[in-house]
Amino acid sequence: MPWTRRHLLTLEELSLAEIEQVHTTAAAFKRTLKRSMRKVPALRGKTVVNLFLEPSTRTRTAFDMAAKRLSADVISVDAASSSTTKGETLRDTAQNIQALQADMIVIRHAAAGSPLYLSRILTIPVINAGDGAHEHPTQGLLDTFTMKEHLGALRGRKVVILGDILFSRVARSNIHALTKMGAAVTLVGPSTLVPHWFTSLGVEVSHDLKSALADAEVVMLLRIQHERQASGLFPSLGEYTSMFGLNKTRASWLNPRAIIMHPGPINRGVEIDSELADGARSVILQQVTNGIAVRMAVLYLCAGGQPEHVAPVE
Amino acid sequence: MPSLWIKGARIIDPASKRDEVGDLFITDGKIVGSLSAAARKRARKLEGRGLVAAPGLVDIHVHFREPGQTHKETIATGSRAAAAGGFTTVICMPNTAPVADSAGTIQFMKDVIARDAVIRVLPTGCITLGMKGQALAPIGSLKRAGVVAITDDGECVQNNDLMRRAVEYAKMFDLPVMDHCQDQSMTQGAAMNEGVVSTRLGLRGWPNAAEDLIVARNVILAEYTGAHIHLQHISSKFAVEEIRRAKARGAKVTAEATPHHLALTESALGTYDTNFKMNPPLRTEEDRKALIAGLRDGTIDLIATDHAPHTDSDKDREFDFAANGILGLETALPVVLDVLVRQHRFRLPRVIDLMSRQPARVMRLPGGTLGEGSVADVCVFNPDETWRYDAKAGFSKSNNSPWHGQTLTGRVKATICAGRLVYDQGRILDGS
Repeated sequence: MPWTRRHLLTLEELSLAEIEQVHTTAAAFKRTLKRSMRKVPALRGKTVVNLFLEPSTRTRTAFDMAAKRLSADVISVDAASSSTTKGETLRDTAQNIQALQADMIVIRHAAAGSPLYLSRILTIPVINAGDGAHEHPTQGLLDTFTMKEHLGALRGRKVVILGDILFSRVARSNIHALTKMGAAVTLVGPSTLVPHWFTSLGVEVSHDLKSALADAEVVMLLRIQHERQASGLFPSLGEYTSMFGLNKTRASWLNPRAIIMHPGPINRGVEIDSELADGARSVILQQVTNGIAVRMAVLYLCAGGQPEHVAPVE
Repeated sequence: MPSLWIKGARIIDPASKRDEVGDLFITDGKIVGSLSAAARKRARKLEGRGLVAAPGLVDIHVHFREPGQTHKETIATGSRAAAAGGFTTVICMPNTAPVADSAGTIQFMKDVIARDAVIRVLPTGCITLGMKGQALAPIGSLKRAGVVAITDDGECVQNNDLMRRAVEYAKMFDLPVMDHCQDQSMTQGAAMNEGVVSTRLGLRGWPNAAEDLIVARNVILAEYTGAHIHLQHISSKFAVEEIRRAKARGAKVTAEATPHHLALTESALGTYDTNFKMNPPLRTEEDRKALIAGLRDGTIDLIATDHAPHTDSDKDREFDFAANGILGLETALPVVLDVLVRQHRFRLPRVIDLMSRQPARVMRLPGGTLGEGSVADVCVFNPDETWRYDAKAGFSKSNNSPWHGQTLTGRVKATICAGRLVYDQGRILDGS
């Protein structure tokens, strides 16, 4: 089945087959990254603009790297350097970028739905690099890609997502991908940050860490932002850590082959002990590395490439 | 002003329980029982066959944006949109720029109304100075200047003691207090109803509990003070039930529902279309059904549009940053006919009652009846005509309607305000 999407806006709208196509393509690109000449010519002559209207280190650098490995020219625009600080609307900013003959736009924005909004205005492909608390599709794709590398097929596997789910776009994208892939997802955290509405997405909601972690093969931690404490969603970071922080004892409840994931940035000592973040079961830095190949796959496919045409590996 | 003779229409007057095919005569701005042979000859005749002649519709909740936001709407354009929608009386909310918290601003509005309005446009004043919720506005002076109610619509008074004093004070002037029920501490950054859909879309939720709390607060204050509090644009099931219980106890509360809360739910928000963003937000199917049940048993007294014009640039942006509110006046009648008559088997006279006599009664306004001797406010419409609504071609200055481009059934053909034909077959007759 050929890849037909020009935009990547959500994982909610992707089929299982499409998710697997991205994974297959990413695996092929990952092999090219191990060669001494790491660039492939797939997007030579194309220009990718990274419009990052919210701070980002990992995602933006990974998109930068990915586009460069595909031989595209890359220009990054952030909130401070964009005209949005002068009151320009998102519509005008994006239309100007298109008029400057960008071939693709990668957008990070604090407002949910902004990538969809741009996809209706622009004729060039729009890639969502995180929109508010809505979705972060490339993160969901790289997380599931990493899980598959370690565990094989995800059908029936128990995955726990632990932390601030309510405000997390990473959680939502992972939920959509994982449920399509047949994993059994449990969301865990304080009831104020994991409201029961999430069960409508086909996942379990739990506030009991011990039973949730029992025999889980993946635990994905999400950053706890101290702003949430300021707005009264939980009493203190200390209480959070004492109730839900992942430490050695709690990690022992996991399945012996379980992996520990985190999309970053990490608050060491809050949601996870340093010892575990840096430990043998942590795949946190592999997630980051896989982020390049997965984003290469997404840029390549949305620019019109097909999975089977990725440069053959020597 | 010529006499008017509406011939052979279905005349529906809920006040007199009249529902029959016949003629309606108007002379000197009043409904009359008949015209002399000579007067008939001179009268302007309107063919009414296949049409309904009803009391002019009354909308007690509109935003005409003048003074200060005349790029969105003016009293001239808003009153024309109202006339095109069959409305002969509207009540304007005071969140203009400046807000209507002084007699001077009310006088300015009245001057513009006298100059520009094609129907009866009535101002409200603020409850608090600057609509800031901190100190009472000069409610007595506002009353003397001609306001028909006070409200901080859009900025619910958060301080319970101040609200108590406001309703106590306004009661002295027999002035209704209208309240937009929203506990703001619970709706920080909210963009839509809190629930399954907001969870999926990653938008901040506006829980119905924030409405229910203030509805309960207002019920308590109405009972404690004996004052009349009108609850604006009720959207939640719990609130409907709260009002039902309060009315059973005899509390002096009245309530309205908007056409959009009757017709639409949060499920319309799946594509972040800002023409479905309003405050209070669209809620669930369960809430929508409760509003309809509330209208059926009289818990909800009337329908009001919350006509809220915004420019394209106010709406054409990220969902979180887009303005709240939609147009209502030009689509209200067909939308309500569709929901209540066609889908929920309300009788047509009942629906007309909810849009004319009831709002007039609750706010103690003229109109709302076709009884002999009453002011000749009439809405003539074809309940079966289908037409395509083009918001850009409408009379409002703005285009922000979720019904833009849709085919609607039920179309206003003529509007008569105080005996003057102001809208006829798609045209405004304003003498200009």
